[in-house]
Amino acid sequence: MSLFKVNAKPSINAGRILPLLPFIICIVAYIITAQVRHDENPKDKLVPTSKQLIDGFRRSAFEEDRKGEYRLLVDTIASTKRFAIGVAFLFLGVIIGLNMGMLPYFDLVFYKFFLFFDKIPALAILPILFIVFGLGEVSKIALIVIGVMPTIVLDTYLRAKAVPREQITKALTLDASHLEVMYRIVLPKIFPKVLETIRLNFKAVILFLIAGESLAATAGLGYRIFVVRRYIAMDIIIPYVIWISFLAFLADLAVRIWIRKKYTWMDK
Amino acid sequence: MQNYIIRVEEAVQKYRDRDGQMRTVLNNINLRVRRGEFLTVVGPTGCGKSTLLRLILGSEVPFSGKVMVNDVEVKEPSRDRGIVFQKYSLYENRTVRENVMLGLELEQFTIFEPYFRPIKCRRKRKEFREKADIYLERVGLLRHADKHPHQLSGGMRQRAAIAQAMVMQPEVLLMDEPFGALDIGTREAMQVFVLEQWQKDHQTIIFVTHDLEEAIFIGSRIVVLSQYYSDDDGGSTTTHGSMIVKDVQVPWPLPRPTDVKHTKEFNELMMSIRREGLDPDYLQNIKDFDLSHEDAAWWNGGMGWAN
Repeated sequence: MSLFKVNAKPSINAGRILPLLPFIICIVAYIITAQVRHDENPKDKLVPTSKQLIDGFRRSAFEEDRKGEYRLLVDTIASTKRFAIGVAFLFLGVIIGLNMGMLPYFDLVFYKFFLFFDKIPALAILPILFIVFGLGEVSKIALIVIGVMPTIVLDTYLRAKAVPREQITKALTLDASHLEVMYRIVLPKIFPKVLETIRLNFKAVILFLIAGESLAATAGLGYRIFVVRRYIAMDIIIPYVIWISFLAFLADLAVRIWIRKKYTWMDK
Repeated sequence: MQNYIIRVEEAVQKYRDRDGQMRTVLNNINLRVRRGEFLTVVGPTGCGKSTLLRLILGSEVPFSGKVMVNDVEVKEPSRDRGIVFQKYSLYENRTVRENVMLGLELEQFTIFEPYFRPIKCRRKRKEFREKADIYLERVGLLRHADKHPHQLSGGMRQRAAIAQAMVMQPEVLLMDEPFGALDIGTREAMQVFVLEQWQKDHQTIIFVTHDLEEAIFIGSRIVVLSQYYSDDDGGSTTTHGSMIVKDVQVPWPLPRPTDVKHTKEFNELMMSIRREGLDPDYLQNIKDFDLSHEDAAWWNGGMGWAN
């Protein structure tokens, strides 16, 4: 039995089937639980059957609500927009981190500050954001930026610092200006790694997005979950959670493919 | 004075070590290099030969004394001194050709020009490409021009690095143990290759190595840097910093056949350098240094150094 061997070589078929196993187990366990509970109490709300879940998803996605809107679509657009703006701001963090990593004076001024800033739990200052920026879009975007940008800044900083000194010297001997060293030599070199960090932080972005939406919004995936919670509408909540996870997975996959196709030289 | 492209005058370099003490690495280095010379610098581990190279390169400034290139004091690295390092000379995110073209682009385009004047830049790039290809042809890498550095062998990578530096036609080409990571066969091929390149345009080259045989074989002049000497001040080998203990013309004209390595004279020169420069137990007195090269600075009977 090679199950506990570090040099085990699973067959191709095992490679196809085994990754699906945990998914199947979870789904089957859920179906059984739902069945058992519904046998006891046909009006059970906590664990809707798969039929109820599909029906819940269908109603959100393909049926107009009282306002004549397709809820899932409206919520997805609202949340995606916030997500995209938040991520766009993260690239500002890349620029800040690059400057800090390359310019010793920027390093002295900003490094300690960001190190501290990074430790502020963004959720704790959410009330302040709502008071200062109101309940609109600005405070939700601000929450994402404050929550995630310091990580990106510090990561870019460290990566810029890790570029071998020789390569910077070399660039200067090739007539690069100091600005060119930063933006034409170092940035393209560290960019795929930075992209990787941004990708891994998608989860944090979504976390802050939902936290913001849950408190003040008129549309959005997070907003909807918290609204229907009042009616214990598990048949809506569960499909929404799966939908959010699926979108996050897609975004992550897209960036992963982008990195693999465009930056073939990375990690070599 | 114009004969000398590089002049190092009474250069001293000190570093602060972990205890906060200043430690002298280079002690009073005087060196003059003529245009077209192939100077090799050799010495024991930790003698500061790479430090000397970095002073000339400008990535470090001396504690005292100065380094002049073309009678201008060196302050930071610039395009008239090209460099080939042992590692990290190439940018792994660019193909071999892009690496060679990089210098030309950096020299002729400002940072935003490719975005504002794309047509002009595209035309220029074509020229750069042709020029880069001439050099790639010279180093035998034209076939591999579209590969990334990680796809090349160590020797090929160093040849690409040499092309990358040479395409800029710098006044001086500095090489810091460029073949240190290569196996013996590749190493010898690369030595012959560098000599061939030097023959073509008699570029001034300063070549730092810890390999004595390589240093003698490849250079027209050899400088031995060592901390193993005695002076009348009674400084110890660990504190007084390295000096040039030997500065001689290599007697065989360049290019020389590889057979020269097996001659008696070659071995005698090797033995004397090993003894005077590399042997920690043989402390030559400062007055007895063999500074017989015509451009060497020599000890002026206790009056100081004469250039």
